[in-house]
Amino acid sequence: MGRGRFNLLFYYGIAYLVFLYAPVLLLPMFSFNDSIYVAFPFKGFTFKWYEQMAASAGLTSAFWNSVKVGTGVAVVSTIFGLLGAKAVTRYRLPWSGPVTGMIMLPLVIPGIVVGVALLSIIRKVFDLELSLLTISAGHVLVCTPFAMMVLMSRLEGFDKSLEEASLDLGENGWRTFWRVTFPLALPGIVASLLLCFTTSFDEFILAFFLAGNEVTLPIYIWGQLRFPNRLPATLALGSCILLGSFVIVTFSEWLRRRGAKSALPAGL
Amino acid sequence: MSGALDSASSPQLAQPGLGERVRAFLLRSEATRGYLLLSPTLLVMFGMMIVPLAGLIALSFWRQHYFEIEHTFTLESYWTIIAPATSLPNLLDEPFGLFANPIYLKLLGKSLWMAFTATLAVVLLAYPMAYFLAFRVVRYKMAWLILITLPFWTSYLLRVFAWKIILGFNGVINSGLTGLGLIKEPLEFLLYNPTAVTITLAHAWAPWAILPIYVSLEKIDRSFLEAATDLGDGPFHRFLRVTLPLSLPGTIAASLLVFIPTVGDYVTPSLVGGTSGIMIGNVIQSLFGKANNQPLGAAMSLVMMLVITALVLLFLWVVGYRRMRRREA
Amino acid sequence: MNQRQDFISIQNVSKHFGAVRAVDALTCHIAQGEFFSLLGPSGCGKTTLLRMLAGFESPTAGELFIDGQPMSAVPPHQRPTNMVFQNYAIFPHLDVRDNIAYGLRRRRLSRRETDAEVEKMLELIKLPGYGARRADQLSGGQRQRVALARALVRQPKVLLLDEPLGALDKKLREEMQIELRQLQRAVGITFVFVTHDQEEALTMSDRILVMSKGRALQVDNSTLLYEAPNCREVADFIGTMNFFDSTVASVNGNQVELDAGPAGRLKVGSGGRTLAPGMTVTLAIRPEKLQIVRQKPGEGTNCIQGTIGAEAYLGDRSHYYIEVPGLPRRIAVALQNAARSLDNSTSTGQPVWLTWEPGAAVLLTA
Repeated sequence: MGRGRFNLLFYYGIAYLVFLYAPVLLLPMFSFNDSIYVAFPFKGFTFKWYEQMAASAGLTSAFWNSVKVGTGVAVVSTIFGLLGAKAVTRYRLPWSGPVTGMIMLPLVIPGIVVGVALLSIIRKVFDLELSLLTISAGHVLVCTPFAMMVLMSRLEGFDKSLEEASLDLGENGWRTFWRVTFPLALPGIVASLLLCFTTSFDEFILAFFLAGNEVTLPIYIWGQLRFPNRLPATLALGSCILLGSFVIVTFSEWLRRRGAKSALPAGL
Repeated sequence: MSGALDSASSPQLAQPGLGERVRAFLLRSEATRGYLLLSPTLLVMFGMMIVPLAGLIALSFWRQHYFEIEHTFTLESYWTIIAPATSLPNLLDEPFGLFANPIYLKLLGKSLWMAFTATLAVVLLAYPMAYFLAFRVVRYKMAWLILITLPFWTSYLLRVFAWKIILGFNGVINSGLTGLGLIKEPLEFLLYNPTAVTITLAHAWAPWAILPIYVSLEKIDRSFLEAATDLGDGPFHRFLRVTLPLSLPGTIAASLLVFIPTVGDYVTPSLVGGTSGIMIGNVIQSLFGKANNQPLGAAMSLVMMLVITALVLLFLWVVGYRRMRRREA
Repeated sequence: MNQRQDFISIQNVSKHFGAVRAVDALTCHIAQGEFFSLLGPSGCGKTTLLRMLAGFESPTAGELFIDGQPMSAVPPHQRPTNMVFQNYAIFPHLDVRDNIAYGLRRRRLSRRETDAEVEKMLELIKLPGYGARRADQLSGGQRQRVALARALVRQPKVLLLDEPLGALDKKLREEMQIELRQLQRAVGITFVFVTHDQEEALTMSDRILVMSKGRALQVDNSTLLYEAPNCREVADFIGTMNFFDSTVASVNGNQVELDAGPAGRLKVGSGGRTLAPGMTVTLAIRPEKLQIVRQKPGEGTNCIQGTIGAEAYLGDRSHYYIEVPGLPRRIAVALQNAARSLDNSTSTGQPVWLTWEPGAAVLLTA
């Protein structure tokens, strides 16, 4: 644990951060650049790409579609994840290993396979029209494992005997959930909602396969990438998304840390 | 009533009603209560994943005629993939020439190789970062972790696109280097090839690799390292003999987490891979789109999944996963 | 006072976790108003049994009755029991007052009435005015008392305590042992207390159930458990015991003569058991019941010859470890130092004779 190595690793850490951020920071940088071409040198500062972005009808409708889908998916996935997490962490279930594994399966199957499989079922078996609902269904499939993971780790980290104490003191299962489990798991629930929303908001592959006439934002962006003159407006959009994500993630972290302190078993 | 209790004087019970019996059963059977709670989630996941996968498997055994799917059982699609060549292959020109339609297996092989190199790159780059976080950062660990994951809350497409900007002909690197006078002509080899795909993937999957490795390193009891020092190991040997083996579970998790989805990725190759960077994902996507041969697409997807599973199992066996789990248990 | 002897009736209860039998066909009755302890080493099933009484586990077989009512269809929140958990389980998001008042919600008392109940409890546990504190502002001992108050405020018929004193330091633990005992006598509720510390059980309980591997070994009060253990496991678990593996040499009415191998021939009472020559038995004697003498005692008195192997001087008493050639372990002897002075002290290697009062030894067949 010598001092020399400390400095080397530290510089590596900084360099790595630069590597991570550089591509991402390019987006806001060039979104203010007064030029269609994304290249050095800078031509001038302008807001016009942001104006162009806000004025684009296709973009705003895609944005709201993504918000609608994301919200619905977040709520539904979190509910499924909560049920699953509670069942697995609070009950001794035979076969819980394989069952949990099955629920986590969407995480390890390549997105394209999931998309293709769902597409064939929806079209061939159920003969449904593709729409925002089909996109939502696909997203619920991939978000539920995340929700369950987040909630499982939250529920495991909190003292099981708190719920037993509540039962012991006369509250039935449902009231115990509202008076004890929910308040203490709240940071996890919020984290799950945010994680699922962000995952759905950003998800492209499944959405692409399962979209009908209404598109989500990633699909819209994909379409825009073909047109070089629309490029800077797309960058403006990306910068806004970056800022929004930053705000959401910071908020979620702050919540999580507040919650973590109060759920630790007293004294531990 | 005093002294011993015999069964004749045990409390009289009224015959329990059906409701009572059901409740008693539910109380007794923890497994039933648990699975009842789990049932909505289980049903949804089963219905939306197992059933479609079964459908995909069925589809791979059918035939497509223009826009109709003929539900006759046939091994046509699989045969297309693995059928051997009818004429003698020139193995120097076409290594996969042993097959009649070399493109499928060739692309699969290429995708596996690209995913492998990308995984290697990601993990090798991420490990020192995770090590730095676990062992060198004392305060603000959370801040570092947030900083690392933050960029990845942006749109995946835009991040890939950002690399296109960086590596492109008129892109950031080229215009920067030209502007600085370091080169006369823009570099052409940066974009639209497999290397660009690897670099982009190494960037895209970074947090997925860092976090499991970090967690694994963080969990290592520092007193193991102190014991190793006490027994005569210097820092390098300590790392090799204690830290590295103990961080293996996290590293393996990270590798799998990155490798498996990457094989089927088609977004990155589309944007930065050019024609030489095309991967199996692109082929599958087109089979379900323009090329219009869904059974073949289904068969290819399943072959891809099977190959991935086989490779993963092989990898785990080689790393002695089972030995490690037994030691941990 | 009409005290039911079978206020809590555990009838042939078993609990299996897969292949593991945590509790194995256990039958036991607990009287109303008793301070009853479940004692045994880790893994013996005592906590599982307690949790079955509380309703958090259901028996795989057998039946539980509390105050004559079968508990099989009664979920934990409807049982007449309340539990003090091992780690207290104080709700971190509520203050002390809300913690104690938690179980009162169903009684729909007015705020004034609830406050009055909480105050009464705070007085009882000697923490008046602590209502507004939160869990992380309390010490371990204080949290334990809040957990107690929270359970007692509901006036349960049975209070279940799961090793509540395990996390406290020695001095606090001893204080709490006395307090708990006094509290129990004051409120008159049946206490079922789980512990692995035999001294603790012996101090506090009216009766103790000694368990091992899911089975009940012996149920008795402290004195009987100590003086008359019914098997080797109980004798070994409670206090220290010297064991001599022997075979029955001859039976003479209610006296038996044993061949204790290297320890010689020893006589002991049969304790009413039917014994035959050749049976394998164990003779057990507590260290404090042995006496060390310099000369061989007279005929008819049990004695063992040996040398002093090691000695531990503890100020008010001394422990001697006597070696007898052929015996696998040294014999432990505990003597008060009343008759000892700097003149007549013993030394290692000294040949001595051990003897004991008739009736001081226990014969074990199991």
